[in-house]
Amino acid sequence: MALFEATGLHKRFGDQVVLQDLSLSFEEGRLSGIMGPNGAGKTTCFNVLTGRHAPDRGRVTFAGEDITGLPPRRVAQKGISRSFQVMNLFDDDSALDNVLIALPRVRRRGFDAWRDLRADSAAEQQAASVLARVGLAGHERAAARDLSYGERRALEIAVALAAEPRLLFLDEPTAGLGAQATARLSDLVGELKRQLTIVVIEHDMRFLFGLADTVSVLHWGQVIAAGTPAELRENEWVRRSSLGST
Amino acid sequence: MPIVSPRAGFLPMPMLVLLLLLATTPFWLARLGLYQYLALEVMVWMLFALGYNLMLGTTGLPSFGHGAFFGVGAYAFGLLQQRVLANIWFDLFGAIVIAAALGAIVGACIAHKRGIYFALLTIAFGQVVWFVAVKWHSVTGGEDGLQNIARPLLPLGFATVNLRSNEALFYFCFALFAIAVIVLWRLVHSPFGRVLAAIRQNEVRAAFVGYNVWLYKWLVITIASAFAGLAGAMFALAQQSAYPNVMSLHSSGFVVMMVLIGGGLVSFWGPAIGALFFILARDVLGAATETWLLWYGLLFVVMVLWQPEGIAGLWQAAVRRRAVAARTAAVRDVSSSGSAPVQGVSAIGKEALHGPL
Repeated sequence: MALFEATGLHKRFGDQVVLQDLSLSFEEGRLSGIMGPNGAGKTTCFNVLTGRHAPDRGRVTFAGEDITGLPPRRVAQKGISRSFQVMNLFDDDSALDNVLIALPRVRRRGFDAWRDLRADSAAEQQAASVLARVGLAGHERAAARDLSYGERRALEIAVALAAEPRLLFLDEPTAGLGAQATARLSDLVGELKRQLTIVVIEHDMRFLFGLADTVSVLHWGQVIAAGTPAELRENEWVRRSSLGST
Repeated sequence: MPIVSPRAGFLPMPMLVLLLLLATTPFWLARLGLYQYLALEVMVWMLFALGYNLMLGTTGLPSFGHGAFFGVGAYAFGLLQQRVLANIWFDLFGAIVIAAALGAIVGACIAHKRGIYFALLTIAFGQVVWFVAVKWHSVTGGEDGLQNIARPLLPLGFATVNLRSNEALFYFCFALFAIAVIVLWRLVHSPFGRVLAAIRQNEVRAAFVGYNVWLYKWLVITIASAFAGLAGAMFALAQQSAYPNVMSLHSSGFVVMMVLIGGGLVSFWGPAIGALFFILARDVLGAATETWLLWYGLLFVVMVLWQPEGIAGLWQAAVRRRAVAARTAAVRDVSSSGSAPVQGVSAIGKEALHGPL
């Protein structure tokens, strides 16, 4: 059974249908990719899968549990985490604090209004190790807003990882990155793939096809093709729309 | 690399300085030509502003109707004393609970809103409360307000204190103020306070890392209302009356100005600085000209345009400049002597970066 399944999802904004009868499933321990042209509904798909928007119809299950329409916080508490295409960080805070606040052990103490959060050195060590994992060791005290673009991208992933997810959604993680930073990110995601189930929306086909076990192609809010990267390169639809060229 | 963050501390130096200065006012205030009641009033407004800053500075919730909770605290204290039970502990506790309950009701209606919509709703609720206070003559005394609120005896168990003199009342209010400031300080630096700060910066992300943003916002509105209720009750004790003016729109605006001019957006102590500055401007500038509020308003405009971090921000910038200068001098010394640095240099920088404000 797949770890995460979406069945017959339908989403409409006004008179515009963005997702129609969309079904996806992500196997545990795999890296699944979602690709498609601009406006295909990829980010809306992520938003529906992670609780930002409730679907008009359809069903979403995670580890066998129905999570359709749950708000983002409940989805996050179930063990699903995500990064954003447009970076969503706590800009005034240090890199360490960005990660610290996302740790489940800190979240569980969120209503503690007396003890100093700084007194929890174990939490700080854990946050520091998450930063080190994404290559941000030495940047703990830097404000998020003062980091370079690539470092902010890494921090975006670190915040998602801090939640100790079982399933990680990455929304266009290479957006705006240069070749070197993309290569470093590719190494990082490749390493995470060994420990987590990951779903990536990506425009950079070289990046996606190099990492993904399976890829679903979205167009007009529907899955028009799905398979391994090798299968998709041979797919007529994908070839005709130039999506599979690397 | 070991990660050792600066801890908030239980009684940080600025808090000790503030409490020491306030506690000693009976010994030096009169020598400056000022009167003891002024220190009491400053303390009441400091408490009101520090509590309000949980919403504006910490959580980023711009309320322009917070005077309503201050006024409700004042009226509740007076009404409980005159109509229910003339016991200062009961009346104080009742004022806090009633203000918090009103805050909880208002919060339940507006906690899901953000930005301008949140601000407009706070104005609307503030005006409703003000209107009730003006029109419900049989209970609130209408525009005349609630008169003859007594300064009752203070039963302490081992002794009873008469609060009629301004000095006695000052020390009683000072004790309440000190406890409230410690609680606020702890709260801001606790996990709860850190979540509030995260919500201020990015509500969406806070939700996506698993926090119930609505609940936190509702709680902080309720808690800030409780502190406003306590400040209002202290105000009623000091003034021996409660009147609708304290919950008017311009009174709610004063606390916003105190927070912004003082630097509440960048410092826990900003609201206290702003409240002191406001009361001194009112009394010192007000003694020189009737149009003091015009000059104060112009100063507010100047601050918002050129120094949005307020007075505390000016202080922080000066500390940073000093740290950079010290670091530069230390590096120069090291280069000229040719020896290894660096412990002293980083220590200077660290202390300055996490300085008192």
